[in-house]
Amino acid sequence: MKKLLILGAGTAGTMMANKMRKKLARDEWDITIVDQFKTHYYQPGFLFIPFGLYTKEDVVKPKSDFFPIGVNVIYSSIEKIVANENKVLLADGVVLNYDYLFIATGTRTAPEETPGLKDKLWHKEIFDFYTIEGAVALNKFFKTWQGGELVVNIAELPYKCPVAPLEFVFFADAFFTERGLRDKVKITYVTPLPGAFTKPRATKMLGELLKSKNINIVPDFNVAEVDNDNKKIIDYAGKEVKFDCLVSIPTNMGDALIERSGLGDDMNYVLTDKHTLQAKDHKNIFVIGDAANLPTSKAGSVAHFASEILEENFMCAIEGRPYTASFDGHANCYIETGYGKGTLIDFNYDTEPLPGSFPFPGVGPFGLLKVTRTNHYGKMIFRWLYWHILLKGREMPIDSEMQMAGKKL
Amino acid sequence: MATKTIAGVNINVNEEGYLTDPSEWTREVATEIAKEEGIELTDKHFEVLEFIRNKVMNGEGLTIRGIGKSGIVDAKTFYQLFPGAPLKKATKIAGVPKPVSCI
Repeated sequence: MKKLLILGAGTAGTMMANKMRKKLARDEWDITIVDQFKTHYYQPGFLFIPFGLYTKEDVVKPKSDFFPIGVNVIYSSIEKIVANENKVLLADGVVLNYDYLFIATGTRTAPEETPGLKDKLWHKEIFDFYTIEGAVALNKFFKTWQGGELVVNIAELPYKCPVAPLEFVFFADAFFTERGLRDKVKITYVTPLPGAFTKPRATKMLGELLKSKNINIVPDFNVAEVDNDNKKIIDYAGKEVKFDCLVSIPTNMGDALIERSGLGDDMNYVLTDKHTLQAKDHKNIFVIGDAANLPTSKAGSVAHFASEILEENFMCAIEGRPYTASFDGHANCYIETGYGKGTLIDFNYDTEPLPGSFPFPGVGPFGLLKVTRTNHYGKMIFRWLYWHILLKGREMPIDSEMQMAGKKL
Repeated sequence: MATKTIAGVNINVNEEGYLTDPSEWTREVATEIAKEEGIELTDKHFEVLEFIRNKVMNGEGLTIRGIGKSGIVDAKTFYQLFPGAPLKKATKIAGVPKPVSCI
């Protein structure tokens, strides 16, 4: 029996377990997946929790609901990947050997990387919304908050789901308007980027949207520390922004396991070939999802598109053929803009988000870089698709390769 | 693509003034670009520039964190050496491509 080992049972790892079990003969391939946690979180749903639009129950299911029959599941933390010996050490001295390894250990928030962030105001007046605990604590706080300076700060690039902080401020604008508190809440978006987003057209469109909603933006701000006593964030150049409520997108890091295994960059992301998805220097290791150091978004859509590439290239690898699939960095993000509307961006390594229609040229139904009601429904429907189609490795009605048709240059 | 005479030599640069061929870089070129950016280069600057060039030549990504962990400067000093937008300025002076934020 040949052994395929998958580390991490989040979005990417679970998808791959489902895809590969269907693809690989059961009498030839043994598939094992390892994760330390038993709960699967629908992470795109965290954003909705602070505003009472989703509850915790809406975003939580047991991981075991999504594993196919015929895959070994081990709940354990992972000590180390010994790549040169094709083995993985788990906690308690368990050793797993593999012929091929998929690393899908994701990324996590690391608030401890910023001095003062996880201090006495943590989850009291300073929150994150990238963890269930943070999102729930913020929901509780917003219920009684009477207003003040609401500051949303991105600590460092890259971070998971790059549009989520923008959606957060759009939601906050609508939320406090509906509560009759908007004139008492000053919303400020503080980012290390030179504008609302990275690429010119999306930055312009989203920047104008921020302005129209009376949300201030402080660009080029690289936070160095959080001053809990005077309630302000300070950047390396000495700039300061005061807050009454700070919502932080903390530094993101890959799993510490990657550092222990000597496979990562200085953020613990695995060094990965951006087209083949093969780990650098290790032919029998592939990397999928946020764990990889690919120069694209850390997002579920990227993991999904990459999963189809990985499936194809893995089959090439085991059959001794040259790789036939090449990942283009495709990302596709629905952006909630509040009041039941949303916008959409679709891009890859080489093409910035452009206006147009998606997925059918000229027809849509979704509008790229446009604020529409249909885009919002797309995001709402996505939760169902996620649980029932995407995680189970079933076919989604979107091409893994980004399409230029329908986009306007 | 254009060429520009820097320190008496014709150098290939892009529209933002970044070198398109890192091998055309010399200390004199760096000194001149730095002057345009209002920076007088010291030995410490050159240590950082060499670090950046090595990283880029090895195909590794550049981050302020990575430079802060380099053992040459901490992040705060890096900001002081290249005030304003340290990564953008330092890469320009180091003769390597402008780092892309890819999110």
